[in-house]
Amino acid sequence: MIDDSLWFRPPPRPGSPPSAPPKAEPAVVEVVIDGQKVEVSSSWTILEACRSRGIDTPTLCYLESLTPVNVCRVCVVELAGSRTLVPACSRRVEPGMEIRTDSPRVRLSRRMVLEFLASSVDLSTAPQAQEYLAQYEARPERYGSPATPTPAGERDAREPGHHHLPEGTAAETVAQPVKVDNDLYVRDYSKCILCYKCVEACGTDAQNTFAIAVAGRGFDARISTEGDIPLPDSACVYCGNCIGVCPTGALMFRSEYEMRQAGTWDESRQTSTDTICPYCGVGCTLSLHVQDNRIVKVTSPMDVEVTHGHLCIKGRFGFDFVHGGEPDAEPTRDG
Amino acid sequence: MDLRFHGPEPTADERAAVDSVLGPPISAWAGGPRDLVAEGHSSAVGGHEARSRRDLLLPALHAVQDRFGWIPPGALDYICRRLTVPPAEAHGVVTFYHLFSLSPRPEAVAHICDDIACRIKGAESLCAELNHRLGPESDGSWRRSPCLGLCERAPAALVLNGGESPEAVTLAPAVADDIVAARQSASVGWVKPTEASPEDPVGFTHPTSSVPQSGSPTLRLLGRIGRVDPESLDAYLASGGYAALNRAIEIGPAGVIGEVMASKLMGRGGAAFPTGRKWDAVARATDRTRYVICNADESEPGTFKDRVLMEGDPFAVLEGMTIAAFATVSERGYLYIRGEYPLAARRMAAAIDAARAAGWLGENIRNAGFSFDVELRRGAGAYICGEETALFNSIEGKRGEPRNKPPFPVQFGLFGRPTVINNVETLVNVPPILVQGGAAYAGIGTLGSTGPKLFCVSGHVARPGVYEVDFGITLGDLIAMAGGVPGGKNIRAILLGGAAGVFVGPEKLDMPLTFEGTRAAAATVGSGVVMVFDESVDLGDILVRVAAFFRDESCGQCVPCRVGTVRQEELLQRLRSGRPIGDRAEEMSLLREIGQVMRDASICGLGQTASNAIESALVMLDPFPEPEADR
Amino acid sequence: MFGAGGGTSSYREMEETEVILLWGSNARETHPIFFHHLLRGIHNGARLYAIDPRRTSSAQWADAWLGLDVGSDIALANAVAREIIAAGLENREFIAEATTGFESYRKAVEPYTLAYAERETGVPADTIREMAHAYARAGRAMICWTLGITEHHNAVDNVLALINLALLTGHVGRYGSGLNPLRGQNNVQGGGDMGALPDRFPGFQHVEVPEFRAKFERQWGVSLPAERGWNISEMFEEMEHGALRALYVLGENPLQSEADQAQARRRLESLDFMVAQDIFLTATAELADVVLPAAAGWCEADGTVTNSERRVQRVRKALEPPAGARDDVRILFDLARRMGHDWGEPDAERIWDEVRALAPPFAGMSYARLEAEHGLQWPCYDENHPGELFLHSRLWERPINGPRVTFQPVDHDPPVERLSDEFPLRLTTGRRLDEYNTGVQTSGYASPMRRGESLDISPEDASRLGVVEGEVVRVSSPRGAIEVAVRIDEGLRPGLTFMTPHFQDEVATNILTIDATDPRSGTAEFKAAAIRVERLGVR
Repeated sequence: MIDDSLWFRPPPRPGSPPSAPPKAEPAVVEVVIDGQKVEVSSSWTILEACRSRGIDTPTLCYLESLTPVNVCRVCVVELAGSRTLVPACSRRVEPGMEIRTDSPRVRLSRRMVLEFLASSVDLSTAPQAQEYLAQYEARPERYGSPATPTPAGERDAREPGHHHLPEGTAAETVAQPVKVDNDLYVRDYSKCILCYKCVEACGTDAQNTFAIAVAGRGFDARISTEGDIPLPDSACVYCGNCIGVCPTGALMFRSEYEMRQAGTWDESRQTSTDTICPYCGVGCTLSLHVQDNRIVKVTSPMDVEVTHGHLCIKGRFGFDFVHGGEPDAEPTRDG
Repeated sequence: MDLRFHGPEPTADERAAVDSVLGPPISAWAGGPRDLVAEGHSSAVGGHEARSRRDLLLPALHAVQDRFGWIPPGALDYICRRLTVPPAEAHGVVTFYHLFSLSPRPEAVAHICDDIACRIKGAESLCAELNHRLGPESDGSWRRSPCLGLCERAPAALVLNGGESPEAVTLAPAVADDIVAARQSASVGWVKPTEASPEDPVGFTHPTSSVPQSGSPTLRLLGRIGRVDPESLDAYLASGGYAALNRAIEIGPAGVIGEVMASKLMGRGGAAFPTGRKWDAVARATDRTRYVICNADESEPGTFKDRVLMEGDPFAVLEGMTIAAFATVSERGYLYIRGEYPLAARRMAAAIDAARAAGWLGENIRNAGFSFDVELRRGAGAYICGEETALFNSIEGKRGEPRNKPPFPVQFGLFGRPTVINNVETLVNVPPILVQGGAAYAGIGTLGSTGPKLFCVSGHVARPGVYEVDFGITLGDLIAMAGGVPGGKNIRAILLGGAAGVFVGPEKLDMPLTFEGTRAAAATVGSGVVMVFDESVDLGDILVRVAAFFRDESCGQCVPCRVGTVRQEELLQRLRSGRPIGDRAEEMSLLREIGQVMRDASICGLGQTASNAIESALVMLDPFPEPEADR
Repeated sequence: MFGAGGGTSSYREMEETEVILLWGSNARETHPIFFHHLLRGIHNGARLYAIDPRRTSSAQWADAWLGLDVGSDIALANAVAREIIAAGLENREFIAEATTGFESYRKAVEPYTLAYAERETGVPADTIREMAHAYARAGRAMICWTLGITEHHNAVDNVLALINLALLTGHVGRYGSGLNPLRGQNNVQGGGDMGALPDRFPGFQHVEVPEFRAKFERQWGVSLPAERGWNISEMFEEMEHGALRALYVLGENPLQSEADQAQARRRLESLDFMVAQDIFLTATAELADVVLPAAAGWCEADGTVTNSERRVQRVRKALEPPAGARDDVRILFDLARRMGHDWGEPDAERIWDEVRALAPPFAGMSYARLEAEHGLQWPCYDENHPGELFLHSRLWERPINGPRVTFQPVDHDPPVERLSDEFPLRLTTGRRLDEYNTGVQTSGYASPMRRGESLDISPEDASRLGVVEGEVVRVSSPRGAIEVAVRIDEGLRPGLTFMTPHFQDEVATNILTIDATDPRSGTAEFKAAAIRVERLGVR
């Protein structure tokens, strides 16, 4: 359309494949991890250095695709010369660091963090956290039996700087009724460990919609829309990226939630297949979780450059149209 | 932004309150009246520039809170539209600060301190009386408050009267009659009628009751307080003010840093970091946009020295900031003052205006080729904002959540720029250093703790107040200076360094109050709190209040502090009521583990110190004695 | 463009560019995950200019929104060019070394002063100047567009006007600088790449070039037509003329998606024979003589699709199709068998390998590599080639590698349908975030944001017409009238209205739209009809 020769024939190949301008290679630094000298990239965090050496380091609020907020503190390690433990997920390596990942101090802090979470939050749909609890021999029961769950909206109405003095005989929790206010997903904040991931995914790290934020303060801090309004009244655009990053099942597809309620959710009978979204031309990878030849959940892999694990409402929830008529009924789906 | 608004439209009054801070809207798209024909088919609302005004969120919220006594939804939406802040984020910010309210409150609210210093001076009976006269706390006419920084005149109250001319008055010692009157009468104003006189209309001589040493010729930091009119720049200049800045200009930025290094001045906010090193790091930063911040968010229970300095000698604080800015070539400064200090805020704001008008702030100060200006920002009720990185976030219009360090403020501070942040008292030490020279200053005090130091002595002493002493005085001598324990009672315990500090018993009276001396005794200078408790005090009640304070003031970000402060409070309540889970030994070991994880794994100093005072008391002072029969 | 029909750049370049011109695109809603990359760019400091008659959710992120009048894009683009040249900000080295035709272009844009553009577009001259300077001065700059550029009677001219800007400033062929049409369907790029165009074999090989044709004839053992076929608009015209008598529709719903729906229905009904192959019994399929139920290509079959950054990606079978529905490829194989050609068992990878053998841009993309590398960007010439991150880097080789590219001056030509006293309001159309095209797929899920079709109008027009939110009104264009509820949208300015094609069964928006079609692209002017709004019961 520009030049006749280019209209009829593809252009010649460039001399070499085009590439991004080179960036300075990060230096290699030497650190000591658990007594072993290790050479690692200076751009790495302690967590990356540990994982590159196969050193198991628990994380809950960390995700490759999100800015580390280092709030759960379950990844803490001991750093020689540091008064406190440091979060492996966000602390960058520096030359000569001496790091201990399995000292009694480290184990104590990790165990206590896990006990604090398990004694205040329902971790029943957080298999990773369950593994850590066993691994660190956490005993959440020693804080007393859980306090009575709060009624709907009570925690959302709490004001900062004021609380009723507890008797202390029961452990306060975040237990409260599930928020079901739309057809696509539910919010069960009894299961929320306040890892900030959903806020990051809704905000600057992915969707930039900012429909939710952390509200309140201290133990009363919670994830909330403005004024705790229902999602359909909020700025939420149902991309579900919050669900994609939630580590505890507090945010869940309504289909999964209802199947779990009905006792029909069975991950052992599910397959996961990667394909491409049927809608616009961006080309997002969808992982279709299928049970009994029905899509029950959609996720997206983190390591795909197009999505970094994030989707929009259509890709995440717009699959029902393939669930057509019953097997023996009309051969075509309802339009 | 996907801004979505659903609330009521702002009223004209609500718009006016917001516009008083933000100016009129530039466009229909920013909340202005819609006239698209005049505006043309374009707008710049929503880009980087619009989003860069997020730091005006708190000032705008204050304007609305002051005007209406709460933040109506239409006004909040309007602020969000004006600043392109998502409503959910604004909600998160508002609900972080306890001086903001999203539910209607009476225009006048009395905040009654029931924290430890006021607790032993009748705060609970005051609350009971208000409950009787104004109705229950939940009605909103009065509310309990953490420490209001008026400990030397406990019990304290802060009355905030909203309206077209909002007013705030602090009452200490507070009595119910005055509180009720202050809620009803806007004429009460800033100063109690008894404190003003024809010669002293602003009542500045009154703070003598906060500075028992007033008039002593040896005072280096408190010398002007109660003697020199804090609202007069001329009076400040006549009493030697700005001599230090002139000296700084003579010796240049490097010279200033050299003197401050030589003085061995350590930060007075609690962390005791060498001030010279902090300034030097910022002066060496490659980023040329730098900030100087005065941390005036004095909120540590039992601490009130910064308030007394700002109320009594505000220009000295400004001079210290200006010297810091000169030394580090910073053009912009912020003074972040806690929202509970209305008089100090007013005096500082007046001082900033007067200094700017006289050329001590602004462009090309004293024709010395440097420019610096200061903006005052009010906190809104959050102890955590005294933590330096939380303070940055608060200025930036965010929740006051601390950041993980490193990076440190000298590299990545306010707005991500190199930042000097110093406590009020630290900055007030700077002019004397320049006037007398760093080396001479270093000769005051001890080798490890140089200079004069302010201590906030409160509780069961005859003359509570701010005391200026050279570093090296012992705890016992300081308490003696304050007149000792009245009524011939014995000392049960002394809290050093505030809620984040430690309790010691009377056996520690010989301890020198220096950084090294307190460290050797596993205690702390902290923010200079010396709160004395006589034997009549129920220490268990005090400890539970400390635990409740940390639970209330934890920002909630990290698990160790968010949950640990709750578990600590629950555990103390079990000990207090004699209903341990398992036995007391198990509870004690659990308490130590809770303390350990908070100390080791919390993000910031709040969580790291939240168990210090409690553990120290449990170890040394047996605050929860078992009934005789069980022993 | 320049011989390869695809966006020049990769999504990740959006994150590292400095200036973005988002032109005729509400990518925030229509390409949400692309917009994530764009937002990263914004967070990294990039300035965004949103050129759109509506102040959309995309424009709310913009450093400047340029709310031009519908169809005045060329006036704006040419004024930007004139300003760049007047300010001496054109890239002289690039123009001299890699282009031809600059002088005639310069002359052509000379009349497009800022004052003229302000008059024609409604955008203040200062804003136009600011954007021109920002784009020209940027070290890296992107232009991205969607249907706001292409759904016009002069769609190709619109695109050329934008390409000219890139040539003028050298913002093409380099990392972070490029020209990017965002594709509206998950395989609209792949369809063209694979030769689903009237004039192309797979790999952009023109049917009128004998050596290309010979290659395919050799492979397939048949002789192939030497002339280009019809595009979809031409097909509909040929139905009118009676030249086209039979139609085989695969996965399209033209009855509802074509402009001027009444005309489209008449033409489809005039056919002798129509086959519809679809996963749904669409409105179009209802008219068909034969319906072939198909499997859903994205989850009930294997194959590839190609996205807007030219990335060929695998789709995989995750579900068994409903009984009776067959994979598209199997249907074609079965048809071939009925016609006497046994192509064997359909196998997606075997078909793909045939593409690789015949079309050089895809030669290096084995299924194994597509799997391991999460797709590859064409051109990818051999198994060791990484795929091209961005196109046209050859323009920056010195001396230039291959033919120069030519400025193609174009002139402003307003929408075919002018506003009049009878039809005083401009109707433009577009998509919403949670809906898709004619709604056949999205109607299957329960979007909490769904509120049905509406006529979106400005608060000023609502008040002038005396209508309130939710009130059902009659909307008429020269082609027909419909009834629809009003929604008041602050993002619209007086005189501008908006509808979507999403709810054709309830509200047939395309009864209103005009069939003024660009002869070169075959796209109708969906973006610009003239309408009148009347309250019901009031005349």
